Amino acid sequence: MKDLLTIADLGKDGIDEIMVTADAMAEVSARPIPKVPALRGKTVASMFFEDSTRTRTSFETAAKRLSADVLNFSASSSSVNKGESLRDTVETIEAMGVDAIIVRHRSSGAPRQVAQWAKASVLNAGDGWHAHPTQALLDAYTIRDEGRDFDGLNVAIVGDISHSRVARSNIEAFSTLGANVTLVAPPTLLPPHVEALEASVSHSLDAVLPETDVLYLLRMQHERMDQALVPSLHEYHRSFGLTPDRAKQLPASALIMHPGPMNRGIEISPEVIDDSRVRVLNQVANGVTVRMAVLYLVVGSNSGGGAL
Amino acid sequence: MSTVLTGGSIAGPNGVEIADVLITGNSIVAVGTDLPIPEAARRIDASGLIIVPGLVDINASLREPGNEEAETIETGARGAALGGYTAVVAMPNTSPTIDSTSVVRDVLALAEGASCEVLPAAAMTVGRNGELLTPMGELASIGVRIFTDAGRGVQDPAMMRSIMEYATGLEAVTNGVPIVLAQHCEVDALSQHGHMHEGEWSTRLGMAGQPVIAETLMMQRDIALAELTGARIHFQHVSTAAGVEIIRRAKRDGLAISAEVAPHHFALIDEACKGYDPVFKVNPPLRTPDDVAAIKDGLSDGTIDCIATDHSPHEPHTKEFPFDHAPAGMLGFETALSVAMGELDLPLMRLVELMSIRPAEIAGISDRHGQLVAAGNRANLAVIDPEATWVADGAAMASRSQNSPFTGREMKARVMYTIVEGEITVDKGEATK
Repeated sequence: MKDLLTIADLGKDGIDEIMVTADAMAEVSARPIPKVPALRGKTVASMFFEDSTRTRTSFETAAKRLSADVLNFSASSSSVNKGESLRDTVETIEAMGVDAIIVRHRSSGAPRQVAQWAKASVLNAGDGWHAHPTQALLDAYTIRDEGRDFDGLNVAIVGDISHSRVARSNIEAFSTLGANVTLVAPPTLLPPHVEALEASVSHSLDAVLPETDVLYLLRMQHERMDQALVPSLHEYHRSFGLTPDRAKQLPASALIMHPGPMNRGIEISPEVIDDSRVRVLNQVANGVTVRMAVLYLVVGSNSGGGAL
Repeated sequence: MSTVLTGGSIAGPNGVEIADVLITGNSIVAVGTDLPIPEAARRIDASGLIIVPGLVDINASLREPGNEEAETIETGARGAALGGYTAVVAMPNTSPTIDSTSVVRDVLALAEGASCEVLPAAAMTVGRNGELLTPMGELASIGVRIFTDAGRGVQDPAMMRSIMEYATGLEAVTNGVPIVLAQHCEVDALSQHGHMHEGEWSTRLGMAGQPVIAETLMMQRDIALAELTGARIHFQHVSTAAGVEIIRRAKRDGLAISAEVAPHHFALIDEACKGYDPVFKVNPPLRTPDDVAAIKDGLSDGTIDCIATDHSPHEPHTKEFPFDHAPAGMLGFETALSVAMGELDLPLMRLVELMSIRPAEIAGISDRHGQLVAAGNRANLAVIDPEATWVADGAAMASRSQNSPFTGREMKARVMYTIVEGEITVDKGEATK
């Protein structure tokens, strides 16, 4: 595997391989000194054209646990805003000698373009509204880690599907693994041709909750109000927020997940955040584990990775 | 100076006949067999080739003045000639905008000696900003017949009404020839955040979409305003099935409107964007197979008047930006005829109407272009090898830019000769100037 751009590129076997590798990485992370020389001598560049402290930190932690050197590039300190083409930027970074490039970009498809120009491996750390494959992998790993069987699992993804790369990648990952995915949102937050996605649709969270095994809440962006997609955050919370009353309707065995950072009082009521079914911090921890697995498989396989 | 084309197949209303064509000066002096050929005449063996009236493109961006890195009038006209064009209407989306007589004169001066005739269209509003009328009367008085804000639709309905009403008063200046108002139909408020067709592919790709209704709503508005004012409107690059149907209905109702489509809109679909290559970004965007089928029907049944390239060169590096930051537009001149012949199952004469006769009428140049290959008519001709195959390559085209969406695709038919006012501007497939 040269690159990781979308879940579709992986397929079920690819996802499974990453899950199994992540188990080994979880074991590494549990050691007193959670570091192995697997990628010693490798250089990984993180190119974030859009700020994301969480994803960047997670990737960098993963790379360092595998002993890779990490090179940082951020759009604010670069010439990207001065009209340099994406290709020029990529070729500049590559000329410094890197084995992998982790790309985060506001523009959908930018990592795919980078992958066409770069000899190094490209890992998509989130592009526009398109894809965020490592998020979907860490979410799948978190569900698997709870011993849940994806076959027939009912997953409800709630919120702004239209503008969400997390939603698109999670729909692909969960449906590929055999889950039934239901998207829950007002029509204005669903993409115009939602039938193109492997999921069913509901406009009522209350109707979906009792049958839900995994409740996945998306982050609600404030700017959606300005675009007249929802009347107010208050109304959104009343209709689509996980309130204490709604939490009671959710089965006791269900999992509550969120890619973070959470808007308290919007996607989820503050009282529900400490509910025993919430797995948000497990997601964060598993993020490092899964990204270690991805880096190991992509960078290691391209040039003979060292031992764990 | 005389030229004789021998043994070519000549497309006419009654089918194809094989004959020789004798050209002297800028005119066809004789068509037939056993013609008296002057000794000094250049003889071109046209056997196996098709001779048609030179093609006319009423929608092309030549980028000069202002963006000569992407294209110049010289390179654009050369590419057009290589595509069989003898006349091209240059869009006013230049810098400065073609919105005054002085810029029109500049463009005409730059076009002198070019490989084909170049006619500037002028903007309807100053700077194409939709706020102030251009001096349309003055522009019409020096020969401008097509007005358009090229690449932008006039958003304000009151402004569009005003443009239409004003234009209907200009027939005194043009001796009764109607001024054509060519609209890029796009309601910005519905589409301005979009970069491709709003459909299943934009949803999968996570891309903001340009909905069909952004095009059709402005078409419906302009039809209503044209009914009110009596102005002569023309719809540029219609891309949707619903848009074709709107034109069909308006024509059935007796409204004098015209419409063009671009080759890429009947040869390519939105799925082409799945690799995020900005070479497939164009405005209006590539649509769906259903839209392609409707456009082909419209070309066949007369709903659509003509094929125009919407030739839009962009410097190579700008197509290396992310898809949503890259400019929209595609090269069109050198592939239009081949794409039309390859994709459309139309009689040759219908193609000639679509690519020469009708666009010449719309541009008001039927006195010299879009004339049948017959004695007494102007020698503006294209000579085509219908059996030739070649592979399109944007980098090898005459344009200063390379953004052909057909690069790598096998093309059918090739222009071997283009003759402009009796002068050979393409000779055996090569530009002469």
